[in-house]
Amino acid sequence: MVTALLLEREGAAPLGAPHMHVREAAEVATRDEASSTIRGSFSLTGVSVAYGRDQVIEGVDMEIPPRSVTALIGPSGCGKSTLLRCLNRMNDELGNVTVGGRITLDGVDIMGKAMDPVELRMRVGQVFQRPNPFPMSIYDNVAYGPRTQGIRRKAELDALVEESLKGSALWDEVKKSLKKHAFELSGGQQQRLCIARALATKPEVILMDEPASALDPISTQQIEDTIAKLKDSVTIVIVTHNMQQAARISDQTAFMLRESLEAPAHLIEIGDTKKMFTNPDDPRTESYITGRFG
Amino acid sequence: MSRTSRTRRARSAEAVARILTGGAALGVVAVALFVLGYIVYNGIGAIDFTFLTDVPRDRGREGGILPVIVGTIWVTTATAALTLPIGVLAGIYLSEYAPRNLATRAIRLAITNMAGVPSIVYGLFGLAAFVLTAGLGRSIIASALTLTCMTLPVVITATEEALRQIPQDLRQASLALGATRLRTIYKVVLPAAAPGIITGSILGLARAAGETAPILFTGAVFQMRRLPEDLSSQFMSLPYHIYAQVTSVPGWNRTLVWGTALVLVAGVSVVSVIAALWRSAQRRRVKW
Repeated sequence: MVTALLLEREGAAPLGAPHMHVREAAEVATRDEASSTIRGSFSLTGVSVAYGRDQVIEGVDMEIPPRSVTALIGPSGCGKSTLLRCLNRMNDELGNVTVGGRITLDGVDIMGKAMDPVELRMRVGQVFQRPNPFPMSIYDNVAYGPRTQGIRRKAELDALVEESLKGSALWDEVKKSLKKHAFELSGGQQQRLCIARALATKPEVILMDEPASALDPISTQQIEDTIAKLKDSVTIVIVTHNMQQAARISDQTAFMLRESLEAPAHLIEIGDTKKMFTNPDDPRTESYITGRFG
Repeated sequence: MSRTSRTRRARSAEAVARILTGGAALGVVAVALFVLGYIVYNGIGAIDFTFLTDVPRDRGREGGILPVIVGTIWVTTATAALTLPIGVLAGIYLSEYAPRNLATRAIRLAITNMAGVPSIVYGLFGLAAFVLTAGLGRSIIASALTLTCMTLPVVITATEEALRQIPQDLRQASLALGATRLRTIYKVVLPAAAPGIITGSILGLARAAGETAPILFTGAVFQMRRLPEDLSSQFMSLPYHIYAQVTSVPGWNRTLVWGTALVLVAGVSVVSVIAALWRSAQRRRVKW
């Protein structure tokens, strides 16, 4: 399955894929020419966020390499989720939020006029803290994104639904009951359904905002396994409160901290996960990781 | 010793609370059953084929109430056709689009005030605005417009409340998949809120169907031998028919008037019960 995703992502398949709009196909072509390398890398330079006049994040520089897992850690209220929402411009929906600095996805400024948030969100999917399937069937949940893109052909939708559900390791459990209402699934299954729903638009990046915090240990394990498989084909940025989880699943870890309620949050340190958890450069990182605060 | 007495006191207070609250609830049920039973008891004798299919004869003392039933259906349907689109759209605006500012507060205040206006005042307003100024004359459409003014706040509030029940998470999920706000509303939010919107709207329309004051000056008539032909026709109506019989027909026929009341109550109840059943069926399927 992962190989299938890989092939489709890297090879000529996306160009010729019948479901793509002409415009989209053309963009894929130019993007591919611009960077023949693997897609799905973010670059943040001097990113700041303000809610009204309240500056909450300041001066974040970060490189997110493609096909890797980046974990954002830090105490509650340090702006991890806010920073995550910058990456698919979901902050736009909150109103009263201003994002400064520069964020590029594969070299293209996502905050500029050239980037339509609707198109961005098809390339950068999101999985939320609490499972939030739509009140409709399993099938319709997964098909929601592709249908939004204008895909109508049943065979094509069927294939996307199957591929996406396999991608989130839910296929075997639901393949016989795709017409079942999504609310009949368990919490962990619902969250994997939400991952499948995000996969169905064939994103390059998936943002996860504490995706396992509302789940039991077994479901958490399944989500983590899914993430480990997915990083072969997509970039994952995950916010987590659980440091063992960050250590287990991520390649790179970023530690954010708001040192006082008046001051905005900063990125204290970012680096290879193994190094961050064994030998961090900053004493604040070390005290957070060893549980001295937060 | 003191502990035992405190426990005993707490237990008896609990028993008193149970009896008071339970008694009040039982009282409500008793009143409802009494009203319903009284109407059925007095009116059931009138219900037969002639009553439902004949026109009123001898100023309503004899014959049936077919034009009365048909008139009520006409004016209620016209009211629904006007109220539902405007009310649901306004409710969507308030819940999904309205910014938090002074203008929105003013809109909400206007809606609250609209809900507080007595129905006879709407009747007077309808006479001035729709019958006379707009030149619609006394007609189904003038009455329907008047009833729409009265029912709109109910439908708007029901819609807004139903939409607010939908978790913000669902909207976020849809937007994060690249759906526009409009698509999010009509594909995810509205279908999920539909049961609440429909139940609330039906309650509002049921009230409109039973109102006398707004149609009194705007189109309801005492006697019509023919059925209404179009929206500019005058019409007979169940609540107004009861009012007119009791106030202006010497020696009015008790059984037939109670029969008219029974038809009105039965019609409204059937629609409400269907709405409630449908809603609870939806609820069982959809939990947040």
